[in-house]
Formats: sequence, structure tokens, C-alpha cells
Amino acid sequence: MSRNKNNLGMALRQKSSSVLAALLCILIGLLVGLVALFIINAEHAWDQGFLRIIQGGFYDFPYGVGKTLTNSAPLIMTGLSVAFAFKTGLFNIGAAGQYTLGAFGGLYCALILNLPWYVCLLASALFGAVWGAIPGIFKAYLNINEVITSIMFNWIGLYMVNEIIYARGTGAMYDANNTRTWKLAERSPGSLIPSCGMSDIFHTPSTTIAIFLAIAAAILVWVILEKTTFGYELKAVGLNKNAARYAGINEKKNIILSMTIAGALAGFGAGLLYLSAGAEWNPLNTTSLPAMGFNGIATALLAASNPIGTIFSSLFISHITVGGSFLPTRYFPTEIADLISGIIIYLCAFAMLFRGVIEKKLHAGANTPDANAEPAAQTKKEGK
Amino acid sequence: MLLLIKYTLLYGIVLMLVALGGMFSEHSGIINIALEGIMVIGGLGGVLAVAMLPNTLPAFVIVTVSVLVAALSGMVFSLLLAFASIHLKADQTIGGTALNMLATAIAIILAKNFNGSTSAKIDYTNNAFLFKIGGLELSIFVPLGIVLLIISYIVMYKTRFGLRLRACGEHPQAADSVGINVYKMRYSGVLISGLLGGIGGLAYIIPSVQTWNFEVGVAGTGFLALAVMIFGQWKPVHIFGAAMFFAVFKSLANIADATILSQLGWSSNIYNMMPFIASMVILAFTSKNSMAPKAEGIPYDKGSR
Repeated sequence: MSRNKNNLGMALRQKSSSVLAALLCILIGLLVGLVALFIINAEHAWDQGFLRIIQGGFYDFPYGVGKTLTNSAPLIMTGLSVAFAFKTGLFNIGAAGQYTLGAFGGLYCALILNLPWYVCLLASALFGAVWGAIPGIFKAYLNINEVITSIMFNWIGLYMVNEIIYARGTGAMYDANNTRTWKLAERSPGSLIPSCGMSDIFHTPSTTIAIFLAIAAAILVWVILEKTTFGYELKAVGLNKNAARYAGINEKKNIILSMTIAGALAGFGAGLLYLSAGAEWNPLNTTSLPAMGFNGIATALLAASNPIGTIFSSLFISHITVGGSFLPTRYFPTEIADLISGIIIYLCAFAMLFRGVIEKKLHAGANTPDANAEPAAQTKKEGK
Repeated sequence: MLLLIKYTLLYGIVLMLVALGGMFSEHSGIINIALEGIMVIGGLGGVLAVAMLPNTLPAFVIVTVSVLVAALSGMVFSLLLAFASIHLKADQTIGGTALNMLATAIAIILAKNFNGSTSAKIDYTNNAFLFKIGGLELSIFVPLGIVLLIISYIVMYKTRFGLRLRACGEHPQAADSVGINVYKMRYSGVLISGLLGGIGGLAYIIPSVQTWNFEVGVAGTGFLALAVMIFGQWKPVHIFGAAMFFAVFKSLANIADATILSQLGWSSNIYNMMPFIASMVILAFTSKNSMAPKAEGIPYDKGSR
């Protein structure tokens, strides 16, 4: 009993220092943003700049908050995708590509096949899963670093999806007048995720139950990771591949499964946005991958790869992004919000350092490793 | 045909410069995912310099100053990566990813601020950078790139510095035991990659157009350069070949619609996709005897065995 208590205390301690480290990252990020605002236009920096970013969606209540919720849902999913792969010691920088494929799968089922929304969502997840599985297979069987493979497949996916949707302007999913894919409400209203009154509350057409689906997914991921044998195996592979193999865990299978599930989560996220009519795909944009995939890295890091934490970090990141969009463009570029989230990830890259310092300051007690902690940096040689 | 050669040379030199930068960084033991961001920042610095210098200055001055500014801004930006990954022992891929996101945000903010408007487009004149041989219009970066390639080769294989740099990427503990300062060598590696990446960013932006929208960044060229580096197996001359190989596809994508190739009915997306697929295939076949520096990606800890 006392040992149990001790373990619980240890876990709590680690949790609290993780949260403090995250808050510290956020604080420094916001400070840098504030400094940037003051440099650009000192006169309006506080009231029309910083306060609007802090207020986020609440600056333009119900509408702004609705927008925050719409954007949070896919962000939670890409965050979960990155966090899930982190637990197995993999860095899923490919969330952007899996997200792209997910958007394609969902939109195809909606616009061409006119399937109901839940089938479209599953298709999104399936397409994302395939794109996630490829780097997993390369990693498991050829020992090629998943970061490199994912980056390559991000671009391959983007060009491929654009090619199929655009098809030289003749694609069946492409609306030449808007240079986007067709609006779901016009073409296939049955494929829209139901709003259940949310869109009336927030005065935005695109606020749907997607946010609840994302939260449910986060809880499901938490259960898988913390309460099942499968999750335990995944984490064991992440902590020490060789020890896991010695313990009879099939590390190849687990690597591939982990990347597949990560891909499915990212693809599902794309479905949540595009099937809520939160956006339409622009196949003429061949120069940048969806930012949602990279912001997912930010939210996962900020949450220290904790699935439940990812919900909150995603809400926060989309809160300040929406806040950034309310900046008066006369005085400030809206990219200040991107600057802040960029700084936050940069700081998160060495958040372990913060965590260590905070832990030392808070508790002088012993520091025991925890199976749920982030995997240590890999020291094994990898082919590329 | 002349157009194809022109585009291939222009784009190939860019890829080669940036990939050489990545090579220096990785041989010192630091994975440099931030090449894309370094290119953006270097390009921004160089373009701002060109836009601010009066047109009346001699071409030589404009070129020298803007290239130096580009190199310097790339180096300053790469210091962020060096500091995080060498001193703070941060995860290099995460740090690099963060820097890529930061670079685009910083570039857009600075460009908008420079314009004093909501547009991130910067106008400039690029006459100073172009010259003609016969009917072939080339940029100053082609000869500059070849000179830098030769210098890189000499530095990497014929100097004490190059040998020490490579030692730090292969076995930093052994290098340290014979009195090489691993931290210093890794800083130099990353800084050189910032220098070459910054120049590469400018070389990407300047020759082809007279206005650049920084919301586009450099459209994934930095990531392609990473692929070039792997394709070139971390060796300067191989990297040159790989860069030209990749550039041919990119040029095909540019001119596909205007030439006889359009009858194949392939769109630019397909040509754009090819280099990435080619590098995946090469990776799959060479993974067993990869020439990658052994210690790359691992923060150097003096105390570890």
C-alpha cells in the first residue's frame, strides 16, 4: 500500500514538473511575441496586439470561440498522432502528409461517392494509416530513419493528392470557380459531420461535434497506452528496442503498428476539419504542406506526449492562432501567433532541461525513471 | 533545350550549395533538418540587402554585399540550432523542425514590416546577378557555387580541420581523447551549413524572378537538399552529381507544359514527385551500407562511454 502511494507521488511529481515546464515554455513564447509586437508598433502593442492574442476567440465571442473549437479538433488529432509515435520512440514528422492523404480520402468519399459522414471519417483514417505505415515499414525492415522517409512521403503525398484532385482543372472534385474542392454543403450535405446545434450556439457553420470526437479519440489513445498490454509493448519498444525484443516483444510489428495508428489519427483529424466544412482543399497550392501537421508537433511536445494533455495544448495553440487572426492587420502581421508557437516548440526541444531544473527546485527527492516518461534520445546507429 | 540547361544549372547549384551545407553539419554530428529555415532566412537577408542598396552601385558591390548578408543571416539563424543541440543537448530533429516554423513566421513578419503593408512580397532588381554566355543566361551563383564546391572538397578532405570535423561525426569520444574540442568542431560544422544554406536561399530566390512572396518560403527546397545529401552519400562530388540529377526533374516540371513533353500528358506534379521517389528507392537499396556519419543525431556528452 505504501509503495503504491509512493509510486503515485512520484508520478504526480513528474506530472507537475511537466506541466510547469510547459507553462514556462508558453510564458517565454508569449514574452517573445510581446517583444516582437512592441518592436513593430509600440503604440498599439498592448491593447490591440498582445491582449487580442491572449483573448483569442473570446475577443469575438461566440464566433471566435466556435472557430477555436473547429480548429482544435484536427489539431488535437495531429497532436495525438505525433504523441503516439513519440511513445514508441518515433518522431512522426509525417503527420502533415498523413493529414493530406486523410483529407483526400474523406473528400473523395464525400464528393464522389456521397457516403455518410461516419464512413467518410473512417476513409480519412484509413488513407492516413496507409501513409503512416510506409515509413513504419521502411524503419522496421530497412532501418531507415523515419524522419527522412516521412519528409519524402509528405511531399510525394502532397503532389499526388493535388494531381488527382486537380487533374489539369478537370477533376470531378474540383470547383474551378473557387479554385478549391466543391463545398460539401452543396454537393453532399449528408457527408457533413452533424453539428447538433453547435453551429447555432457559436454562429459558425463549421462548428460540429468534431471536437467531441477528437476528445473521445484522445481518451481512447490514453486508454490504449496506459491500460492495455499493446500500449505497454509500444512503450517498451520506445524505451529500449533491444530490451523489448529480449522480453519477447516483436519490435518490428510494434514499430509498424505505431506508425500506422499515428497515421490513422492524423488522417482522422483531416477528416474532422474537411467534413465539418472548416475548409476546402486547394490543389493549386503545391508549395506548402498543411500547417496542421507541424502544429501537431508543437501540441504533442507541449503536452509532453500525454494524450489528455494534448487536448489542452491544442486548445491553447488554436486559441492564440485565432487570437492572431483578430490582430488589426493595419498594425501587425497575423503571423505573430505562428512566431509564438514556433518559439514554444523550439523551447520544448530542450524542455527536458527545464523539467530537470524544476524537479530539482521543487523536490530534492530521488529521481526514478518512469515507463511513461518520454523515451530517451536514441543512441542506436541508424542507417539513412 | 537551352532552357532546360539553364533551369537545371540554376536549380542544381542551389540544391548543391544547401546539400553541401547539410554535409558539413552532419559530418560534425548534427542532423540539420533546419536547412529549409536557414534558406528562408538567408534568402530574406540577401533580398532585403538587394532591395535596400541603391541600383546605381556597381554590380560587383551589390552582389558581394547581398551574398555576404545572406551568408551571415544564415549563420546567425543556424546558431540557434547549434546552441540548442550542442549546449542544451536538445533533440536535433525537433529543434530543426521548430526552426523551420520560426523561419517562415519571422520572414513573413519582417517582409510585411519592411513593406509597411499586409503584403509579404518584396520587389527587387536582379540584373546585377545575371550574365550571358552565348544564348545561355546564367546567374553569378553558378560560378560561385562551383568555386564553393571545390573549396568544400579541399576543406573536407585535404585539411586538418576537415579530418577533425569528420572525426567528431564518427566517434566524438575518440576525437576528444586526442585533444579535439568536439563542441567547437560541431559549432563550426553547423555554422558552415548556415553559411552555405543562406547563400543557397538567396541563389534560389534571386535569379528567376524580380519579386518574391515570403509566404511561400522556399517551397521545400531545403528538404529536397537533404535528400540530395543522402543521395550523394555525404560526399561533395557525389552531392554535385545528385543535385544535377534532381534538378533535371525540377526543370522538366517547369518547362513541361511549354515543350514537346506536354504530349506525354504528365503534369508538373508528377515531375516534382520524381526526385523524392528516386531518393526513397536509393535509400532502400543503400540502407545496408550507408555512409552516414556514425554519431550524427547524438548529443555529445563528455561523461558518457
